[in-house]
Amino acid sequence: MDGFLSMGGYAAYVWSSYGAAALVLVGLLVLSLTGLRRVERTLATLEAAKPRRKREPKVGPVPTASPATETAP
Amino acid sequence: MHRFANPARFLKIANAVLPWAAGLSAVCFVAGLYLGLVASPPDYQQGDTVRIMYIHVPAAWMSMFTYSTMAVAAAAALVWKHPLAEVYAKAAAPLGAGFTALCLLTGSLWGAPMWGTWWVWDARLTSVLVLFFLYLGYMALVDAFDDPARGNKAGNILLLVGAVNVPIIKFSVEWWNTLHQPASVFRLGGPTIAASMLWPLLLMAVAFQSYFFAVVILRIRAGLAARRVQTLRLGQAG
Amino acid sequence: MTRKRRRMMILALALLGLGTATALTLSAFRDNIVFFYSPSDLAAKPPGGRTVRIGGLVETGSLKRDAGGLTVTFQVTDTAKSLPVTYTGILPDLFREGQGVVAEGKLGPDGVFAATELLAKHDEKYMPPDVADALKRAGHPGKPGDVPASGAPVAAGEEHQTSTLRTNP
Repeated sequence: MDGFLSMGGYAAYVWSSYGAAALVLVGLLVLSLTGLRRVERTLATLEAAKPRRKREPKVGPVPTASPATETAP
Repeated sequence: MHRFANPARFLKIANAVLPWAAGLSAVCFVAGLYLGLVASPPDYQQGDTVRIMYIHVPAAWMSMFTYSTMAVAAAAALVWKHPLAEVYAKAAAPLGAGFTALCLLTGSLWGAPMWGTWWVWDARLTSVLVLFFLYLGYMALVDAFDDPARGNKAGNILLLVGAVNVPIIKFSVEWWNTLHQPASVFRLGGPTIAASMLWPLLLMAVAFQSYFFAVVILRIRAGLAARRVQTLRLGQAG
Repeated sequence: MTRKRRRMMILALALLGLGTATALTLSAFRDNIVFFYSPSDLAAKPPGGRTVRIGGLVETGSLKRDAGGLTVTFQVTDTAKSLPVTYTGILPDLFREGQGVVAEGKLGPDGVFAATELLAKHDEKYMPPDVADALKRAGHPGKPGDVPASGAPVAAGEEHQTSTLRTNP
């Protein structure tokens, strides 16, 4: 176990690398998830407040793609 | 290709892919970390610092993969005006910047004990630093305009101009004398890494790649929802 | 369709032009982009009193430490030419005979390169120590860098020391 932690004397370099990787990857994941939740909440409130339009079939809050307005030609 | 450009259809496929990508990433990270940190041998020259490779190299590959896909998306956005292409490029950019930062940082942590320096201005290191600035520049540029369409267009042009940097990064170690060593895996004549070290490297590469797919799907969903919010707000204002 | 095709043409032409311009610029500034010169480069183009970087392999058997242990002398070789180098200071962990090295300093009138900074360079080969030992026993004493998986056995470092503007698919 000691040998594993000391990494042949290069512990500072090896473990900082893995620590940085964990920080970057987990950080980006958390930021992406919170960003997604925030915008989905905003969208839900906006759609709830919106006066009903005929062509908008109500779907769940997640697949918000709105094919009517954003379909590629 | 055009088929997937429809956001609704894309979301259907993406939501089906998401749990698989996330699961694959988790499994490969566990296996890759175990092999990389515990079950693989130290290098005959570099000792245990070789384990930095299992982070550094996948991060480097992903930094170039992400940029290349963003450049393709930029071309698609400029030529075919696919709405999804711009959403993709914007969603991928922070991930690419993260991979590049990780690559530079771990490279520094590896170079300090082995090369004897944290940083040198050789062609490989400099071109990767340029890649990092291209990501940052793109992210700043798309948000710098009041009209998002103009911001996207400027960003797409920057992405395409910056694409010349990708082959420069890849071949810098062959075209010029550099402190950085040449490629070990994607080279003529096959890899020059012993199998016991190639396995953890490939597992970590798959883990990074599937992590990217899972997170970029989340980010594309957020991007599409943000566009929808924007149109709704415009509709209310008008 | 025609507008899309026109946009595609413009884009392709712009990228082609950009690529060509970049390639021309890079080849024009080749001498400034290389991180170090080989001993052969230096012999062909003497640097005078300028500070330059040289790179190559530390010739096996040439490394000598002085009594104090802080000053080392060794030969840097690119297999064609070699150059004596002296350096005083802390050596990188990877510095050893048979491995790549990059030294920054000045070429003295006596033909000895006085290095002020020394960096170790490693090759693209990675393997466990026991494999390296086995290879050594099997008769690759000078160059334990040949991994069995690798197709073309190249002397460690030889490839990049002599690197010229090679094209690669």
